[in-house]
Amino acid sequence: MRRPSGWWRSPKPLVFGVCLVPLALLVLDGFQGRLGANPVETITHATGLWGLRLLLLTLSITPLRRLCGWNRLIAYRRMLGLFAFFYASLHLSTYLVFDQFFDLRAIWDDVLERPYITLGFSAFVLLVPLAVTSTNGWIRRLGKRWVTLHKLIYPAAILVSAHFLWLVKADYRESGIYALILALLLGYRLLPVRTGKRRRSRTAQANGAMGRVSR
Amino acid sequence: MLFKSPPDIRPSEITDQAVYLDRRRFLCTAAVTGAAVLAAPQLASAAVSLGEIKPGPFSTDEQPNSYDDITSYNNFYELGTGKSDPKVNARYLKTDPWSVTIDGEVSKPGTYALEDLLAPHAIEERTYRLRCVEAWSMVIPWNGIPLGDVLKRFEPTSRAKYVAFTSILDPENLPGQRRSVLDWPYVEGLRIDEAMHPLTLLAVGLYGEIMPNQNGAPIRLVVPWKYGFKSAKSIVRITLTEDQPPTSWNLSSAREYGFYSNVNPEVNHPRWSQAKERRIGEFFKRPTLPFNGYGDQVASLYNGMDLKANF
Ligand code: HEM
Repeated sequence: MRRPSGWWRSPKPLVFGVCLVPLALLVLDGFQGRLGANPVETITHATGLWGLRLLLLTLSITPLRRLCGWNRLIAYRRMLGLFAFFYASLHLSTYLVFDQFFDLRAIWDDVLERPYITLGFSAFVLLVPLAVTSTNGWIRRLGKRWVTLHKLIYPAAILVSAHFLWLVKADYRESGIYALILALLLGYRLLPVRTGKRRRSRTAQANGAMGRVSR
Repeated sequence: MLFKSPPDIRPSEITDQAVYLDRRRFLCTAAVTGAAVLAAPQLASAAVSLGEIKPGPFSTDEQPNSYDDITSYNNFYELGTGKSDPKVNARYLKTDPWSVTIDGEVSKPGTYALEDLLAPHAIEERTYRLRCVEAWSMVIPWNGIPLGDVLKRFEPTSRAKYVAFTSILDPENLPGQRRSVLDWPYVEGLRIDEAMHPLTLLAVGLYGEIMPNQNGAPIRLVVPWKYGFKSAKSIVRITLTEDQPPTSWNLSSAREYGFYSNVNPEVNHPRWSQAKERRIGEFFKRPTLPFNGYGDQVASLYNGMDLKANF
């Protein structure tokens, strides 16, 4: 089944590299003292935003395949999802280290008392099992239940979006745009699909997940 | 260097006062000799000096933040809601000419050109902590005059119980005012005893230079024991009133921003904790002090008041 090599045939390493660019820029800016007056905030915002953006990209694969027939995009979905988790983890680590310095009591108080932290935390908790079960082994082991489990990305993305909306002081433009994009991506999934097509796309989805296993 | 180290050069050290005043004369010669090529960029970046400044009381000996940090990380929604927007959009704030109207419960109301308002007063340096409601803080060497001294000149009447401040309204020029993020113009207020307190400053500069636009040029309030948003910027009107005046953030969200808004680690913002703050230039958060560390000076203003209810 191996395709001829060459990045234009299988640009996975390229996509991988591109996903690392935001982190690379952040590190570069850090070394050059260009993270602004409040570097911790800059890092928190950048990693949070990239986590959200990559989640939205992950969620746009299915609509793009259905609307444009770009079925091969499925090959990148797992990577995008894992990078979303990667940036979310960096985001959370920044908070744990620099905002709270591992003060477990303060962290727990925050999770319980600050709704925006509660929302972000819940989102992260939902993302963990998705990252863990993203391996070929888990996909095989879980079979159909894998697809069901990974529907958790929908509530997770909604929670992240709410997390963002909730922490804004007065200017809802940016967080509103992301919420709107998410609404469109999720709304698309509610549109009725002709049964024949749906069956086909279901199969494609399963094939996509399994397809990687066989490669 | 992963993070910026705290500042060790102040602009007033880069541009010594005497050198500055001499610069015009120097430049004339320099231009001829061609040295202007070297001097010009420095001149362009040097802000306008305020002239003579006497050291004032109440200054903290904590390390001030750098001029760069103070002028590049701002909340000034008239110039945009991002922290770096005010510096980028600074040129849209037109400060010349500038006049301030003083009216309401005073015997001598009137409108004064900024120069005339300032003329009778000696400008002092006051290095104060500034605690933003967003849980970050800075140390800023302000230059200004005590608000109380100014107000006394206009003779508040016995009915003056509050002081209301109105900031510039100029949606033609100010990009932030073309969107209704807040109700424009920005309004703020203090109780008269807070306004007359010797800590309360009308600031016209920082680091010995005239107030940068992004910090609220040409004249702004500084009330160091309250969250930063109480210190109205670019003030055009000061009105003494009998009733408590409306304030912008309180109008925007009354449960989150009270009239008093004294720095208080025990009263959290409904959405985030106020127990700690990040001093700009430091990695980790430090505990927030009641009244931002000015309790000895101002706590008595609130004797018998429930500061949790009057947040
Ligand atoms: C336990 C989990 C989380 C915690 C403790 C947390 C904490 C924070 C904090 C402290 C901020 C900055 C708030 C401010 O500056 O006022 C923030 C902003 C943000 N977070 Fe989270 N977060 C969590 C999970 C997540 C996750 C999973 C995502 C996305 C995948 C995310 C996306 C964002 C975004 C987009 C922002 C806004 C950035 C901006 O203002 O530009 N967060 N979060």
